[in-house]
Amino acid sequence: MIEIEGITKRYNGTAVVDDVSMIVEPRTIAVIVGTSGSGKTTLLRMINRLVEPTAGVIKLDGADNRSLPGYQLRRSIGYAIQGHGLFPHRTVAQNIGTVPLLLGWDKDRIKARVEELMTLYQLDPQAYGPRYPHELSGGQQQRVGVARALAAEPNVLLMDEPFGALDPIIRTKAQEDLLAIQKRFGTTIVLVTHDMEEAVHMGDKIAVMDAGKLLQYARPAEILARPANGFVETLVGSSERPFRLLSLGRVRDAVEPGGAEGEAIPGDASQRDALAELLWTGRPALPVKGADGKPLGRVTVEGLVKRARPA
Amino acid sequence: MRAWLPALLRLALLVLLVVFIASPGWFEPLLRPLTENGAPAIYNQGSLLTLTLLHLRTVLVATVAATIVAVALAILVTRPAGAEFLPLSRSLVNIGQTFPPVAVLALAVPAVGFGEKPTLIALFLYGLLPIFENALTALTTLPGNVMEAARGAGMTGWQRLMKVELPLSAPVILGGIRLSVVISLATATIGSTVAAKTLGEVIIAGLISNNLAFVLQGGLIVAALAVLIYDGLSAIERYAARRMGREAE
Repeated sequence: MIEIEGITKRYNGTAVVDDVSMIVEPRTIAVIVGTSGSGKTTLLRMINRLVEPTAGVIKLDGADNRSLPGYQLRRSIGYAIQGHGLFPHRTVAQNIGTVPLLLGWDKDRIKARVEELMTLYQLDPQAYGPRYPHELSGGQQQRVGVARALAAEPNVLLMDEPFGALDPIIRTKAQEDLLAIQKRFGTTIVLVTHDMEEAVHMGDKIAVMDAGKLLQYARPAEILARPANGFVETLVGSSERPFRLLSLGRVRDAVEPGGAEGEAIPGDASQRDALAELLWTGRPALPVKGADGKPLGRVTVEGLVKRARPA
Repeated sequence: MRAWLPALLRLALLVLLVVFIASPGWFEPLLRPLTENGAPAIYNQGSLLTLTLLHLRTVLVATVAATIVAVALAILVTRPAGAEFLPLSRSLVNIGQTFPPVAVLALAVPAVGFGEKPTLIALFLYGLLPIFENALTALTTLPGNVMEAARGAGMTGWQRLMKVELPLSAPVILGGIRLSVVISLATATIGSTVAAKTLGEVIIAGLISNNLAFVLQGGLIVAALAVLIYDGLSAIERYAARRMGREAE
């Protein structure tokens, strides 16, 4: 759990982060969104004390983050940044093993952990371990960057626009990978982005920041349905709003009794995908199948359109 | 041009140099036409091999000392605590460069006497600037996100310096050392005017006795050494830079 209490950072009298308080529950993903200069990165960097706050307290699992020297604190918190920042003079395996080595793990344990993470990220340890970062593609470098951040099994992972430099297809894949790994390790993640789409997709809760202030901190559906003010509404994008709301729900939850013609859509698919499919094929309804392939019922255009509005 | 040709030329130059230094007598017929009145064609007041080794030793000692001081200075002024000394250290090192080596020799002799010492002082002062400037450039232009990642991973200041900053700066610092070595190789010859044992002795002896063969052999050995060492250090630099996925300059 991360408790941020009245955190303020001033540079030469100007508040970059202004009295922000929020709580990130354990094993959840909190996404901080805002335009550039909103103070979102500064807020993130105060959690692992790359920036020292002017006022306020940040507690990690109840303990003040100033109770340890900064470098020791940072070894216990994963940190992944845009452009990954891999060490160009070290191999992929050495890069991933950075924090365990600093923590003094023994060789075998580091090796085992590096191989576990590389396998998890679909990088063959034998083939890629001895390579240097510049010999990897952008997507692979990004995966190594996240693997390095996770190497010492941190409870908390901080990510500063980790997918910013990726092309859309690799980006979607990287987001799915991160969600899967977050579920597997139960890591608490704070992710900074300027992309509302990414925030809605990734976040259990979204914090919207502007000019150093936290404008709203709520679940994605809440942010979409009841934006706290005009700025949040603009950021949400009024033309995208219904589709983003639909993207939060699963088809399974919109099923109506009855049947329909044609290819069935899996119950796990998002309602947005279902509506897109309906609109594109010009049909009024789609059959829905469960994970086991059994029919669950159908979704209709009418039913989905109702759900595209906040209740 | 074929890829192996430059390597072959360098190898030939190296073999020629070693053979010439080891048994200069074999080359006597070649140099004979350059002498007058039956003067000796091969330097006969000392062994060329010894002089070459002493020449190299002088350059090595001066360069190692200059490297240690220049890199230490560059590290110091790029730490937050030392930033205010940056202008001062820049001007100090620049003064070392603006002083002509001959003037340094002339000033150093009364202070430390004749021999190798004044030469070492001149070479040391002369070698500082290229190494310092390159080290400073390297340490101040490190990729920002790599430094951020190093801090974020929990490295202490010392660990960042030893594990990230210096290894990443190595190719550029090596470039400075290379420049410094080549300047020193040539400048060391002047040291023989104050009785330092270097290849300059051969050149000076040739100038005094109007013996072109002496001047030529002293000059050519120094030139060959400079070319070979320059190429060798360039190769190390390229290797280091390639490992980091950067293009050598």
